[in-house]
Amino acid sequence: MATDYFNIDSALSEEERAVRDSIRKFVDDRIMPIIGDAYIQGKFPKQIIPGLAELGVFGANLPEEYGCAGLNNVAYGLIMQELERGDSGIRSFASVQGALVMYPIYAFGSEEQKRHYLPKMAAGEIIGCFGLTEPDYGSNPSGMITMAKEQADGSWVINGAKMWITNGSQAKVAIVWAKTNGDPDAKSIRGFIVPTDTKGFTAKDQKGKLSLRASDTSELVLDDVHVPATALLPKSGGIKSPLMCLTQARYGISWGALGAAIGCYEEALSYSKTRVMFGKPIGGFQIQQARLADMITEIVKGQLLSLHLGRLKDAGTFTPQQVSMAKRNNVNIATNIAREARRILGGNGILAEYASMRHMANLESVYTYEGTHDIHTLIIGQAITGLSAFE
Amino acid sequence: MKIAVCIKRVPVMDVKFRIAADGKSIDETGLKFDVNDFDLWAVEAALQLKEKTGEGEVVVFSLGPDAVQEQIRKALSMGVDRGVHLKADRVGGDPLSIARALTAELKATQWDVIFFGKVAIDSADQSVGPMVAELLGLPCVSAISSLEIASGRGTAKRELESASEIVEFPLPVVLTVDEGLNKERLPSLKGIMAAKKKPLESKPAQIDGGTLNIVRMELPPERAAGRIIGEGAAAVPELIRLLQTEAKVL
Repeated sequence: MATDYFNIDSALSEEERAVRDSIRKFVDDRIMPIIGDAYIQGKFPKQIIPGLAELGVFGANLPEEYGCAGLNNVAYGLIMQELERGDSGIRSFASVQGALVMYPIYAFGSEEQKRHYLPKMAAGEIIGCFGLTEPDYGSNPSGMITMAKEQADGSWVINGAKMWITNGSQAKVAIVWAKTNGDPDAKSIRGFIVPTDTKGFTAKDQKGKLSLRASDTSELVLDDVHVPATALLPKSGGIKSPLMCLTQARYGISWGALGAAIGCYEEALSYSKTRVMFGKPIGGFQIQQARLADMITEIVKGQLLSLHLGRLKDAGTFTPQQVSMAKRNNVNIATNIAREARRILGGNGILAEYASMRHMANLESVYTYEGTHDIHTLIIGQAITGLSAFE
Repeated sequence: MKIAVCIKRVPVMDVKFRIAADGKSIDETGLKFDVNDFDLWAVEAALQLKEKTGEGEVVVFSLGPDAVQEQIRKALSMGVDRGVHLKADRVGGDPLSIARALTAELKATQWDVIFFGKVAIDSADQSVGPMVAELLGLPCVSAISSLEIASGRGTAKRELESASEIVEFPLPVVLTVDEGLNKERLPSLKGIMAAKKKPLESKPAQIDGGTLNIVRMELPPERAAGRIIGEGAAAVPELIRLLQTEAKVL
């Protein structure tokens, strides 16, 4: 049976377990057999999109009236965990579609925008991407220079460039964050739903990635992109709006990283019990047992952290600073677990046939994106001292 | 078309089983449970049949303690219309008494097809389905691996040791499902949410003690360690000698 050293299952509802089990089976049947090749080829496996949509993965914690599953946040987190047990790139795809595109339309969009986009996005008919980060503004998105200028008729013209955009080249719409009307203050930031076939919009895949190879990462260029007034997300305003989206996504990542860690741990555990050296399975040697014991201990601690955070989120009492702690801790332990798992696998561990080194390389991106490990350190530091290290 | 499916809650098999203190049952500590695999294929067959005919109702039945409601809800989340829980805290190991309890409930309705899995992966009796058919006086085709039903008649294929058998039958019928008939659908997230709102009736089962008793359970003996008789070509004559005289396979 899957990793559950602390009987976390007993803290989950039947429905949460059922959701987790469905996604787990989908990942085992449909993702595990193809993910190694997709990674080597450097391509997102598009063929899994209809299956994920049929299950209801996209925006699964958004309400049923918009064609979504209406799950609670713990069930949503378990989905992320299982997807990332497959691959961080697959989880990234679902995170972007759900937390970074559907969520802002749900939270900041007009009723017309919600009714038009959310059901089609839940069904996987429209894929989205999220354009916040710029070539020169990563950890400091408030400094962005992309600018939208309102025209006399209420329409907008957007100019700028975005980088590290997951799903960028396959998206039909981009949520683009831009400052408005020449105002350099972060308060002027608004969100726009930009169809990617709009004149002046180009997306080019970033080549040469050694991590997240089964995920499309693109550079977006907006050159006098003209969108109607209805493209504006009316309730968006200031840097707080995109940061709210990131809090959603980071919450999911805190669970997702555990999935990658569990995948690595299970692979290493299984290998250690069958790989014989010096006449006995290597799992019988103290040095490998210490590695495995450390791995499972950190996984359990991370599970308890994410589970409690999910319960707080469902109660509406969680804070972005708590999300920072969960993202920071769980991604960090996952990077360590992936590396230790690869070592237990010995020479075999460098092959794509095994998952650990793929996870290890992927997690370096996860460590860096959605708020780097270091930035989350400073967010926690600010929360506990009341002193900001940023300014 | 009215379709019944009988399902069983069984332990998930990827664990090491322990025998309980009474020496005749499984220690359930730490076990996880799911719907019997063959029963999932039976549920899938029922759903496909309803979808193909475009009308009717699929009802799932399960006998056992309250815990079996979780497995009933899994069937509901796959698309089954409603569930009936036949409540019995002790079911026992006698297939005939189980068949009688199910029949007492099933006979109240005129079913077109009653599906079972071919075998429960825990108890492996393979007998409840055919016994229910007998008690209801219905034809039974066991271990089907393909199925066509049209205008009140059906055709099913059964895989035999080294041949296939094609069987024709009238409705109503009891069918037990073998591996290969289909691959079960996964419960979608919306299906899981919808299952909570579907009817699930719980009523006491009329279960007699039966006449069979499980006296004792034993784990298979530990496999003896292998023996290395030598290395390389020099060991071949001794290996052949032992395969002839000791293992007697040559």
